[in-house]
Amino acid sequence: MPQLTTTPPAPVKRNILTKNQLPGWAIWAVLAGSLVLGAALSSLIGFNVVAWALFSAVLFVAAGYFVTLSVEGARKAKDRFVTNIIYAAFIVALLPLVSVIWTVLARGIPGLSLDFLTTSMNGMTGAVDNQAVQNGTPVLGGAYHAIVGTLLITLWATIISVPIGLLAAVYLVEYSKGGVLSRAITFFVDVMTGIPSIVAGLFAAAFFGLMFGPGTRTGFIAAVALTVLMIPVVVRSTEEMLKIVPNELREASYALGVRKWRTIIKVVVPTAISGIASGVTLAIARVIGETAPILVTAGFINSINWNVFSGWMASLPTFIYRQLMNPTSPTNVEPSAQRAWAAALVLIVFVMLLNLLARLIARIFAPKTGR
Amino acid sequence: MSKRIDVNDLNVYYGNFLAVEGVNINIEPKSVTAFIGPSGCGKSTFLRTLNRMHEVLPGARVEGEVLLDGENLYGPGVDPVTVRSQIGMVFQRPNPFPTMSIRDNVLAGVKLNSKRLSKSDADALVEKSLTGANLWNEVKDRLDKPGSGLSGGQQQRLCIARAIAVKPEVILMDEPCSALDPISTLAIEDLIEELKNEYTVVIVTHNMQQAARVSDKTAFFNIAGTGKPGKLIEYSDTGVIFSNPQEKATEDYVSGRFG
Repeated sequence: MPQLTTTPPAPVKRNILTKNQLPGWAIWAVLAGSLVLGAALSSLIGFNVVAWALFSAVLFVAAGYFVTLSVEGARKAKDRFVTNIIYAAFIVALLPLVSVIWTVLARGIPGLSLDFLTTSMNGMTGAVDNQAVQNGTPVLGGAYHAIVGTLLITLWATIISVPIGLLAAVYLVEYSKGGVLSRAITFFVDVMTGIPSIVAGLFAAAFFGLMFGPGTRTGFIAAVALTVLMIPVVVRSTEEMLKIVPNELREASYALGVRKWRTIIKVVVPTAISGIASGVTLAIARVIGETAPILVTAGFINSINWNVFSGWMASLPTFIYRQLMNPTSPTNVEPSAQRAWAAALVLIVFVMLLNLLARLIARIFAPKTGR
Repeated sequence: MSKRIDVNDLNVYYGNFLAVEGVNINIEPKSVTAFIGPSGCGKSTFLRTLNRMHEVLPGARVEGEVLLDGENLYGPGVDPVTVRSQIGMVFQRPNPFPTMSIRDNVLAGVKLNSKRLSKSDADALVEKSLTGANLWNEVKDRLDKPGSGLSGGQQQRLCIARAIAVKPEVILMDEPCSALDPISTLAIEDLIEELKNEYTVVIVTHNMQQAARVSDKTAFFNIAGTGKPGKLIEYSDTGVIFSNPQEKATEDYVSGRFG
């Protein structure tokens, strides 16, 4: 007679190696507890989101430390503590950025329209704004002239500063032997990096004032002022990029009987071009938002000026400044404020597009890999 | 397409530091000559003086003469670029140009000098050079892919193809196999054997078996101590150097009893 045996189900054995380990859900439980307790604490002083976040964060960091300490030991507790502090620092660093973007989007989008992008402020008087407010009609006038000015001035600044900066960097990396000239260039580039932008503007204004009479203001003078700010950035970033091109590539080229200048143009610069291009784009992004040097060199107008060599010129930063400080209608400042925020949004979009462009350029020019 | 090299009383300096002293050597055309010796004895430094690559480094200079078929490379008015187009070089680490495809890497010596080349001539040159470097069959289907995607051994053979595409008289190789596995090393060694039929080959190596396998003549360099200049101790047929050297230092080195 066959004996019936029932094997008892194997007991769920806990892996001994997981001893003294917090389960995965523990940290989320701590977080939830901290949020609840933080809400309770903040309601004691009158509930608001900032106090809630602050209390919860402090509680979470402290509780995380002690819970880990009690189960996993001192080393893991320190690790948890520092990890949480780093995350907190990251979030704090991100807050202003998110806040700026949010504010500009919220206030800028209502003023943004096709009309805003395609009309200037020519003929816009306080009376027009007053009427718009009284009748509740859309705000007229736009930043077309300022967009044109910003693009032209930045374009000219780029045209001037990129060749100078590029060639200076090539000299520093490829030709200089650490002599007086190269040390002088490096020193003055460093000094130029620290020049306040208004000083650059005054320099350009004074320089062209001497040549064409005081008070001469054109877009080109503004471009020269921006050049002073741009060149050190371009030199620095290009220099760093050229330095990281391996010397072996230069030697390989020399060993093929290629001249030095051809080696630089055809091997060194193409190898570094993605970094150079993104450095240049970031330099453009840095100067496109300059206000002070443009105010003193290009002045400010309400109409469109396509000629950088003659006449005053508007730009987005000066447009924002004027709309906020001297509203078109002193009694109804709302339309001007709306235009200023919309222009700020356009400017931020430009800078973001430039950054995206820099990444795109870096990717397109990057040395190809793959089989 | 190969020329002889005669070196007379060559001193090599880095600034004021004498790195290699008093080298006299005669390298026959269509032969393989190996330079062996301990690290820091100046083999590579000396090799680089043979196509004027030494002076690329700041402060580096040379005294004495190097004759390529009787013409002094260091004579007044000699353009180092002309010298380098006749004496090619392969480096220790494979260094294909990362921005170029395999095809463009082979054509680099021509294209970088902006010489005009018809498509058919260029195709022929690419095939001939890659075939000469024993690489054609491995890469013929992917000539437009980047050279950096090849394996280390293939990259080194690509560099050799690049060097022979400019049709040099002499090929210098600075430890070409030290970064490669044994199979790739074997491929390069076979290649050196074939290159001998057309070119004068000079190779620096740390691997004595390799020197014994590939070279017709061997030069042993040594250094008396740190800060002293390196010297050519003995130069003879490879068989003599490895079996019956005249100098005690050479015997100690090749038999592994060095120092």
